[in-house]
Amino acid sequence: MRNRQLSHPPVSPGVFEPRIVAFFCNWCTYLAADLAGTSRMKYAPNVRVIRLMCSGRVDPQFVLDAFAQGADGVLIGGCHPGDCHYQEGNYKTLRRYHLLKRVLREMGIEEERFRLEWISAAEGDRVRTVINDMVEKVRALGPLQLNGMTEHVPEEVVV
Amino acid sequence: MTPTKPKVAFYWCSSCGGCEETVVDLAEAILDVVAAVEIVFWPVALDFKRADVEAMPDRSITATFLNGAIRTSEQEEMARLLRRKSELLVAFGSCSHLGGIPGLANLFNRELIFRAVYLESPSTENRDRIFPQPRYGDDGRTLSLPEFHNTVRALNQVVEVDYYVPGCPPTPRILRTALQTLLGSDLPAKGTVLAPDRALCDECPRKDTKPETLSITECKRPQDLMIEKQTCLLAQGLVCMGPATRAGCEAPCIHGNMPCTGCGGPTSRVQDQGAKILSCLTSLVGSKDDAEIDRILNTIPDPLGTFYRYGLPGSFLRRKIMSGTEGPH
Repeated sequence: MRNRQLSHPPVSPGVFEPRIVAFFCNWCTYLAADLAGTSRMKYAPNVRVIRLMCSGRVDPQFVLDAFAQGADGVLIGGCHPGDCHYQEGNYKTLRRYHLLKRVLREMGIEEERFRLEWISAAEGDRVRTVINDMVEKVRALGPLQLNGMTEHVPEEVVV
Repeated sequence: MTPTKPKVAFYWCSSCGGCEETVVDLAEAILDVVAAVEIVFWPVALDFKRADVEAMPDRSITATFLNGAIRTSEQEEMARLLRRKSELLVAFGSCSHLGGIPGLANLFNRELIFRAVYLESPSTENRDRIFPQPRYGDDGRTLSLPEFHNTVRALNQVVEVDYYVPGCPPTPRILRTALQTLLGSDLPAKGTVLAPDRALCDECPRKDTKPETLSITECKRPQDLMIEKQTCLLAQGLVCMGPATRAGCEAPCIHGNMPCTGCGGPTSRVQDQGAKILSCLTSLVGSKDDAEIDRILNTIPDPLGTFYRYGLPGSFLRRKIMSGTEGPH
């Protein structure tokens, strides 16, 4: 069936390294991540960033698919309210986030595993803080136990 | 009856029997079906036994229409047996297509379900706390019951499926068209859902009243209002699954003045119907303020049960994550 999935980071065996999928918008949060990089800021290497033109492009299916493929957390980063390059995209994301969070909770996925953050292109430091914070919170929760219901774990980027 | 007629079988697993009704609801057309095919197995209507199927050569049944989700070990065995004996296996109806209503049990597990049914339901008295056991021995005799799995699965999560017929139940017209397609010489690609690949809104009788832009400020349930008979149900504040549901049923629910509940499943470009209607509805919420967005969305009392009413096992996450459900089923 589905076979495009995330692998476990092969760090020291027995140590849990969270895998977090991040969807960053092209105009704000991705640039902030770039800025964090060019400023040589160090942050936890547990995040795979996927660049989209707008946080409004994040179909809730992407979030569920990421969890189903083995992500332990999903982070969405967009422009601050009012700053969306496409006027309204981030508001759509905000509304989806509210309801999707509720659905995820009912499916047994803890709230800390799904996060929405507004990070402007100037806030490289905020990327660092948010990622470090989320990685620690998800690490404390442990791996997402999908009960072997989705067939898992191919090869991919590793920490 | 000539021996050259294609052989057809019908079987049911975890379902309500509504799909069997569809076959009967073919009315006079069922005579054409009986004239065109030989029905070799149909436990609901005809006296065949499992041993009869086991005695058939492999792939000797042209097409098996299997309705119902897979919940017990017996259903799984029958699905495998019929797969082996059939050239084409068709998932017939929402339950075998995507898990259906029985699939909502994936919000619980075996232990919780057994406790509710055999211990806690108001009409149950079970002082000895007796639960169904797969095996029971008494006086040198052994009785067995099928094993009850933790997780309900759609048919394609158990065996390979060739085609899908959507609907809860599929309408007689959809079944008729599906039969014609399968008995014809030009078979569609494997895995095809045998219904139009468009959203229900496209064939909705109220299509023209759907406003250009919709802004939702409150979601209502059908009992909350006098539903107006001509206007788009979304525009009246009802949660209508039409935008995220496959067409082909000819909108009987809308004709009955009730919103679509999504039994047709998603179109081919969508994998997770619930996520898609969630995306659609929330995009239309008429506010930019956190608290107000929450207030509006809280007027949907059960988003999971509403959006995944017929498709939880077929969705990305398949079941609620909970301890005590380890293992594949």
